Amino acid sequence: MMNLSPETLRKVDEVIPHYPVKRSAVLPLLHFVQEDQGFISDEAIEWIAARLGIEPINVYELVTFYPMLRRKPIGRRHIRVCRTLSCALMGGYRTCAEFRRQFNAALGEVSPDGEVTVEFVECLASCGTGPVVMIDDELHENVDAAKARALSAQIKAGGQPAGSR
Amino acid sequence: MPAPEQHRLIFRHIDEPGYSADLACYLRHGGYEVLRRAVARRPEELVDEVKKSGLRGRGGAGFPCGVKWTLLDRKSGKPIYLVVNADESEPGTFKDRHIIHRDPHQLIEGIMITCFANRVERAFIYIRGEFPEGARILERAIAEARAATFAGPNILGTGYGCEIYVHRGAGAYICGEETGLIESLEGKRPYPRIKPPYFPAVLGLYQCPTIVNNVETICHVKHIADMGGDAFSKIGTPNNTGTRILCVSGHVRRPGYYEFDVGRLTLGQLLNEVCGGPLPGRKFKAVIPGGSSAKVLKFGERYKGRRKVGAELVEYDWGVEDIPMDFDSLAMVGSMGGSGGVIVMDDSVNMVEALGNINAFYAHESCGQCTPCREGSLWMQKVTARMAQGGARPEDGPLLKSIADQIAGRTICAFGEACAWPTQSFVAKFSDEFAAPARAGARPHSDAEPELV
Repeated sequence: MMNLSPETLRKVDEVIPHYPVKRSAVLPLLHFVQEDQGFISDEAIEWIAARLGIEPINVYELVTFYPMLRRKPIGRRHIRVCRTLSCALMGGYRTCAEFRRQFNAALGEVSPDGEVTVEFVECLASCGTGPVVMIDDELHENVDAAKARALSAQIKAGGQPAGSR
Repeated sequence: MPAPEQHRLIFRHIDEPGYSADLACYLRHGGYEVLRRAVARRPEELVDEVKKSGLRGRGGAGFPCGVKWTLLDRKSGKPIYLVVNADESEPGTFKDRHIIHRDPHQLIEGIMITCFANRVERAFIYIRGEFPEGARILERAIAEARAATFAGPNILGTGYGCEIYVHRGAGAYICGEETGLIESLEGKRPYPRIKPPYFPAVLGLYQCPTIVNNVETICHVKHIADMGGDAFSKIGTPNNTGTRILCVSGHVRRPGYYEFDVGRLTLGQLLNEVCGGPLPGRKFKAVIPGGSSAKVLKFGERYKGRRKVGAELVEYDWGVEDIPMDFDSLAMVGSMGGSGGVIVMDDSVNMVEALGNINAFYAHESCGQCTPCREGSLWMQKVTARMAQGGARPEDGPLLKSIADQIAGRTICAFGEACAWPTQSFVAKFSDEFAAPARAGARPHSDAEPELV
């Protein structure tokens, strides 16, 4: 059975009444469950559907649509490099390649040591300070290859690199 | 002519040392005084002020905000909703990020004035999933505002109540389209709705009348309520009133966000003076003036025609540098002010690769509902990727144009145009680079991996 934390269950109970129609809470619930469990399992889809009184397909169709929702676990740390034009003009592709090299990681796959998942994502809305990278929830700006190496070293040392905001 | 000074209305405090996102700081800077005065007035007066202000939406389409509010169906007996579009998904745009992270109470005050003016009792802020910290900041700020009775039940003792909730997206560009956003908020796939009949003002969220406004637009409402619609309409230029935040990215010395009176600044002043010009040893080649879906402008091309100045029609003959940064002028030169995201490319850029990058974005983000967009965006991406990887054929330029021409105007929402315009403009204006024989020589880094696709 779903083993959600009491904090997650509290957030689920709190968010549903925000909406006049329960189904609206499906995206918030997907976020909470993914934050709790790391990904969206079949079980999670059925649990959310039952909680909101909708069919599992109505949950599943969102999981397959939204880029941020995933069906598989990721590495301990999540490195998301912006791929879109402004960042690419400033070297975003090189930044992404450097992160992949540092962790010997294939794009979008967990690195062999389980430490990270390196992903290319579309515009992160910080185009003036590109290339930008999100490491977990933190934004890092002006990440050239050298800064990517420095951030990778901090991750390898088990640290939490401080973001800009 | 030297560039005018910035006029920071919305970003007044953004870079002030010590200015923080908490309520105490906002109150020290006169926060919520405008709301206090607004709730003492009749709601209709506030709608009139916004109409008089001439404020045009800052999200992309530039639709007059007061007209949007006037179209609301107030007689249906159904609740009226406000949805704040904080999806900020158009590439090149990063203004709402700073408002949300650094001055959230300004947004909340604008929301409460908008809600009071339109008798809204429940508002949602739809914030992109990639702003997890922004969502937390907004939730904290809403809790603070509620505790101080600036939001929630019985606002400032007036008996009027309104709740604001934060709703997080999950990485889909199409949620920036207002009807896609509404579907997403209803818990469905964000497939845009067809208009008519689904104009949000009549059949919006839960088929109720709904206002969807951009974050920056809502912040302007606070300043309009403060200074009055007439005073606001005198800022900027006729039909292009107020200030506007321009976000500059790419190949300039000083990228960033700048707030100016609309239309008082030219693109040349913005790029050369405000942003410090091209990078050392480089020349400007092209600029996209209003987010990545706006048509590209090529340095060296001329724009000629007649335009209205006051009551008179006058001739204009502009280079890229001479274009005033307002909605109407950018439309006259065949592009758009859009979301205010200015993306600059210098002479190091291979335009086939740049278009390949943009096309990859739109292929990834097409929602898949309409065939021309779903298939066409993917074809354009595949063709430009193949060209960038050395497999260009002479017929590729005309092929790209033909695909793009078959998307625009044939889709439910404006994404069709958004994905077609880059291809149409790049291929027409940089035809030499899209002609196969010229390609090999034109490529600046022929030994290296492509850098943009």
